[in-house]
Amino acid sequence: MSNTMKLTLKIWRQKGPKDSGKLVDYPVDHVSPDMSFLEMLDVLNEQLVEKGEEPVAFDHDCREGICGMCSLVINGRAHGPQTGVTTCQLHMRSFKDGDTIYIEPFRANSFPVIKDLAVDRGAFDRIIQAGGYVSVNTGAAQDANNLPVNKNDADKAFSAATCIGCGACVATCKNASAMLFVSAKVSQLALLPQGKVEAQDRVLNMVHQMDLEGFGNCTNTGACEVECPKGISLDNIARMNREYMVASLKKEN
Amino acid sequence: MSVLDSKIPKSDLKDKWTYYKDHVNLVNPANKRSIDIIVVGTGLAGASAAASLAEMGYSVKAFCFQDSARRAHSIAAQGGINAAKNYKNDGDSTFRLFYDTIKGGDYRAREANVHRLAEVSANIIDQCVAQGVPFARDYGGMLDNRSFGGTLVQRTFYAAGQTGQQLLLGAYSAISKEVAKGSVKMYSRHEMLDMVIVGGKARGIIARNLVNGEIERHSAHAVLLCTGGYGNVFFLSTNAMGSNATAAWKAYKRGAYFGNPCYTQIHPTCIPVSGDHQSKLTLMSESLRNDGRIWVPAKKEDVMAIREKRKKPTDLAEADRDYYLERRYPSFGNLVPRDVASRAAKERCDAGHGVNATGEAVYLDFAAAIERYGKIECTKKGIVNPDSMTITRLGREVVKEKYGNLFDMYMQITGENPYETPMMIYPAVHYTMGGLWVDYNLMTTIPGCYALGEANFSDHGANRLGASALMQGLADGYFVIPYTIGEYLANDIRTGKIPTNTPEFDEAEKQVKERIEKFLSSKGTKPVDYFHKRLGKVMWNKCGMARNAEGLKQAIEEIKAIRADFWANVRVTGAANEFNQELEKAGRVADFLELGELMCRDALNRNESCGGHFREEYQTEEGEALRDDNHFAHVAAWEFKGLENEPVRHKEELVFENIKLVQRSYK
Repeated sequence: MSNTMKLTLKIWRQKGPKDSGKLVDYPVDHVSPDMSFLEMLDVLNEQLVEKGEEPVAFDHDCREGICGMCSLVINGRAHGPQTGVTTCQLHMRSFKDGDTIYIEPFRANSFPVIKDLAVDRGAFDRIIQAGGYVSVNTGAAQDANNLPVNKNDADKAFSAATCIGCGACVATCKNASAMLFVSAKVSQLALLPQGKVEAQDRVLNMVHQMDLEGFGNCTNTGACEVECPKGISLDNIARMNREYMVASLKKEN
Repeated sequence: MSVLDSKIPKSDLKDKWTYYKDHVNLVNPANKRSIDIIVVGTGLAGASAAASLAEMGYSVKAFCFQDSARRAHSIAAQGGINAAKNYKNDGDSTFRLFYDTIKGGDYRAREANVHRLAEVSANIIDQCVAQGVPFARDYGGMLDNRSFGGTLVQRTFYAAGQTGQQLLLGAYSAISKEVAKGSVKMYSRHEMLDMVIVGGKARGIIARNLVNGEIERHSAHAVLLCTGGYGNVFFLSTNAMGSNATAAWKAYKRGAYFGNPCYTQIHPTCIPVSGDHQSKLTLMSESLRNDGRIWVPAKKEDVMAIREKRKKPTDLAEADRDYYLERRYPSFGNLVPRDVASRAAKERCDAGHGVNATGEAVYLDFAAAIERYGKIECTKKGIVNPDSMTITRLGREVVKEKYGNLFDMYMQITGENPYETPMMIYPAVHYTMGGLWVDYNLMTTIPGCYALGEANFSDHGANRLGASALMQGLADGYFVIPYTIGEYLANDIRTGKIPTNTPEFDEAEKQVKERIEKFLSSKGTKPVDYFHKRLGKVMWNKCGMARNAEGLKQAIEEIKAIRADFWANVRVTGAANEFNQELEKAGRVADFLELGELMCRDALNRNESCGGHFREEYQTEEGEALRDDNHFAHVAAWEFKGLENEPVRHKEELVFENIKLVQRSYK
């Protein structure tokens, strides 16, 4: 194709968790606007391997915006310049010939770098383990339609449940707060009758674990909502705060 | 007498599973605590199995190569999950779901397994709702359904276009609950690199910690492989980048037979390939065929005008469009099964009617649906004599609510707006019906080694119907394995912990380490992907949507050559004891290079067409798949005999006692 681009990439390279990292320049040429951002990195990596250099490590899997494994802060923004998409859905047509692109990992104390652009988001798993579920064992369920759910609540619960657990909210927040992630799960289950039974313990335990993991506090800047690739709403944080307050008060009594 | 014993209970079809459950061996709760089970993979099958077995009291270790159990590729399933609930009062039943699945699979699946699947399908929906899975609901608060291909009822439950995500997060929440209790120990960023056999039984695995490269030994009384399909053998597929066949392939090389490896599902509605840089293909859900109409221009001059961008698809009059599925299959129309829809698209494109630059794309058009929905909305809102702008606007809103996320995905990838112009789609590799051969217990030919979900071969025959993969994965994990594993483990209650300091573990670990060393010491210059792409091209061209004996024979030789080239000329950078993604890929591709050959061999030996396996030599005058029930109504299960020898093809005859085999018709 004739309209290919020439770009300069400044990529964060870090050997391991304990090493210090730095930005390294990589010129790339013949970048097609139809390539995805990660395909552009694939091409760079193939070239690095052919030269016998170490390719850039980055997390990715489904490449269709749903698994939540890809990350990257691109030109200072989690998942790059477009809103409502993950890095794997970002295409090079969002960039111009001659651009310099900064590529860094999701940065937060609770997301330590494993290598280059790959980070450890195990803290999210531990928060879910603290209470992000309904305690129902296999086989113990009643007929699904015995439990009607108001469509409005069902739709809101679904919207909250579309969180992909990528961590862009944390990477974006100046406090590295995980409130959007935690509140999405708290909201989903608090909105549904199935989840109400354990709602109070759930919110207390999940918030407690969130604090233990070292995530910062929420100061209502709303950056997380803007950068969330799935458009998870700040309303969820408000709902979690209410749930938390009620649960704390009841616990004291 | 076949060496394969399917262990199907002897009773009437509808009583088999009940009879089995009434008579199966049980393990008492106190004994379960001292029994270890390894579950590899945390998709729908793996996560549901790990959670359910842990709830029962077994001690479970779960492994996934991703950074979290929640990332397994089940998450990407879009359209829905089937269940014979008959909530729509449209005549659905367990038998009909069973029948549709057998017919959809072109009569190449095992009756008993499929009936059991249909029986437990309803329980899955109950279980998921109880977990808080937010399925779509109607205004009365009840669950909503839609239609999928190959059926005449509405039995598909869904959560917008993200059903797989919601079901997987449900299963992930269940496994998380057990991790919190300590009954499941989770090993994320771990990859199984070999299976350990002790005394003829599966007793453990060798896994690599992908963060620090350590090679670990894990023992158990049973090993469950829930590792998904092998579609990535084609390089380009709708699978995730990391989806691989390594675990299943290691089991095969340790004695598990591989069933029907040639049965691959090519999904009709994917976004076409855009260039050589492409790393994967993206599916547009089958649910879109509820409302989208598939067509190509009827006249060649219009095709050329569209390719040269002198005309737009919206310029073409109705009479100049060929809605070929509606034309060829009036009763099922756009909702024919996937294999039929894919072949029909290929037929039109091969005949020169493809609508993009490469000639490999057809239209999926929503204009009619937008108009229909728009009119309904106008009526609802009491708008009399609405203008076309209003109809279109309101119609688009309805379509957006139903398929918004899919339309957004399409727009993001192609840069085109599907609300205004038809989508361009083309078939792509999506799912593999073949997999490890299992008996009714889901046990492979290695005692103690089980395969669940897409990793086994059992329920979909030669073609899987839409919304049935999620059903099967969860059926196997939640409702089948919890019963069937007791049959085996009841004999293991006195065994005690399996030690890992034995010669069998030594040998397996040594082999794994030697292979890693071989990759890293290779003096080649080509990256792993270079070989993977070459393999993919051979597979797509010669073992893809259409196959023939000549092409398959060539493919086998070509794959051998690529494999030799790979081992001589691959370059794997980095070291063994670190996070090393090139090393991970190398191991997976090395296994694909062996599996691809077996797929071709299987396709070559199956001298008939059935479902997704279309041999050009065997077709009806109308170009439909022509089965040979006299010679091929069987499962082909391949036994590994060493890489330098040809594998042995065993047969499991398929006995149809409840369904008459007929030529599949969707006309």
